[in-house]
Amino acid sequence: MSRLRGGGPLFHWGLVLVAALLLVAVLAPLLSPYEPTEQTDPAVSQYRPPGTVLAAVHLAHGDWRLADRVERTPEGLRLHRLGRVEELAAAEVRNLTPDGVADSRRFLLGSDKFGRDLLSRMIHGTRVSLGVALGSVLLALTLGVAVGSAAALGGPVIDGLLMRMVDALLAFPSLFLLIVLAAFFRPSTLVIVIVLATGSWMGISRMIRAEILSLRSREFVLAARAMGQHPFAILVRHLLPNAFTPALIQATLLVGQLILVESTLSFLGLGIQPPTPSWGNMIAEGREALARAWWIATFPGVAIAVTVIAFNFLGDGLRDALDPRQRRGSGRDERAAEAEAPAA
Amino acid sequence: MLGFLLRRLAASLILLVLVLTATFILMHLAPGDPTNREASRLTAEQRENLRRIYGLDRPLPEQYLRWMTSVALRGDFGISWSQQRPVADALKAALPPTLLLAFAALFVEYAIALPLGVAVARRPGSALDHGVRVVSLIIFSQPVFWLALMAILLFSQVWPVLPSSLMRSLGYEQMSPGERLLDLLRHLALPALVLGVWASGATLRLVRGSLLEVMSRDYIRTARAKGLSERRVVWVHGMRTALAPILQIFAVSLVGLLNGSLVAEVIFSWPGMGRLAFEAVLARDYPVVLATTALAAVFVLAANFLADVIHALADPRVRE
Repeated sequence: MSRLRGGGPLFHWGLVLVAALLLVAVLAPLLSPYEPTEQTDPAVSQYRPPGTVLAAVHLAHGDWRLADRVERTPEGLRLHRLGRVEELAAAEVRNLTPDGVADSRRFLLGSDKFGRDLLSRMIHGTRVSLGVALGSVLLALTLGVAVGSAAALGGPVIDGLLMRMVDALLAFPSLFLLIVLAAFFRPSTLVIVIVLATGSWMGISRMIRAEILSLRSREFVLAARAMGQHPFAILVRHLLPNAFTPALIQATLLVGQLILVESTLSFLGLGIQPPTPSWGNMIAEGREALARAWWIATFPGVAIAVTVIAFNFLGDGLRDALDPRQRRGSGRDERAAEAEAPAA
Repeated sequence: MLGFLLRRLAASLILLVLVLTATFILMHLAPGDPTNREASRLTAEQRENLRRIYGLDRPLPEQYLRWMTSVALRGDFGISWSQQRPVADALKAALPPTLLLAFAALFVEYAIALPLGVAVARRPGSALDHGVRVVSLIIFSQPVFWLALMAILLFSQVWPVLPSSLMRSLGYEQMSPGERLLDLLRHLALPALVLGVWASGATLRLVRGSLLEVMSRDYIRTARAKGLSERRVVWVHGMRTALAPILQIFAVSLVGLLNGSLVAEVIFSWPGMGRLAFEAVLARDYPVVLATTALAAVFVLAANFLADVIHALADPRVRE
């Protein structure tokens, strides 16, 4: 791993951020203060700005009520709810203390229309957005490696057919087609993953094909062939391991791209469906209340940007460290990557 | 050269037919059809009638052939089911706003990316270079719809100076020509700025990369050794070679702009092709979906074709 030291500070930032995000995604249920769909007393808790703390009153029959402020009175409890005052007898409250109630609800990043905690939804959204993007990239990588290897080793007819297919798919107006696909097929999470992967494996397959073609005549591959190794063994043991580095770099950059595409689809209402939180559909909910509650649309966008930046730093850094041929400055490679990525 | 262009053109046409065929098949493979949407209001008999009027009761290959022949032979895209008017009329109404927005956004994009990209390519490794590299990366890592919402939040709500939706104000008809132009520009400002700034992030990096590659070549060193001014070395000797890749970037970035403007049009309620297409998809208005897909595909193919032509003009080896 010592080669990775060449990645520079941005690479290290990217690595740390990606690791942190993965940790958040894995530990989401432990980290999030509340359930992402939990609605308690929405009339009082809706559209609360970041940092709001509400007193939580546990009623005798099991429900919770929220209040801006509570006071102990000789008879029991006085609740201040949105300017209205309500009185409760001591026997009606389970979590009474000498100066109020024992529980509270804290909306660190504010709450949404249904009084759900934005922070909790964002933490669970990390799981959804990262999961969808990583799943699609894994699928795209598999497809890309399979098609790329088949094209490089399958002879001129198969090569020609497969590469024309890649050309055709690259000519599709990508976002357009994703929208058509997502709108016409009821979008489950699995469908979204498949749709995203279908639109993004082409760049990887081109790259794998080019790498294998250039590796094929190298001495170590010729030696393996001379020793009578099976062509499939040569592919798996010699060609793919050597072609894998550039594919890995492109896959890393693709994660960022697909997070953008997924969030766009979800924002348009065609991706991850509510109430499952994804950063994109949270921003869509925030759009409806932009004037009233700026925080709902703002914070998930910051999460998307930070995540995409982290993966871009990581990908750029990996390229600088592992692939000296493609050091920054050569416009061609960046342009090719730009042309092949499904822009959001 | 002509042979090369003809071959590329033929390939583009075949691709176009493939894209349309695939869209047609996908659309009809998807569960449900347009008459389902009104199921609550329609009787079974009415739905059957509607299916007959739309031609949905016909076998799929027949529907496909009918559509293809009417488009290819008569240039007739049919009638929009949701708007009850010819698709051609809907397209005609939506095209000018989209072109206006696209050109304005392109202007903003290159007004930022070109001078700044050249400036940082002249001083690689400088503080300016690192700063611009990080900022441009941050900009193109944002989802464009979020940038749009933040712009609306800032410039039409917190500090209400610009309108956030549509292309014209309510009293547009009563305005003088000068007021009309100002009104249009005010409505254009937010979407064009958001799209242009967002797109400039990636373009700036590409301009920098292309120029930097050229600037390390021997003939540039020769030009400097001859004692030419740095300005002349960069803008005349360097740019002449870097122009081809930059023009290619331009052609390719048109595609990114197409995607971005679709989202921007939906958010800013801009009455263009993107919004037309999006609403048609939601309403399952098949004729409009097919027509807008066709236009988008033509646009993407034309952009790629343009990039190929520029590449061929600049690099004789490609033409063989």
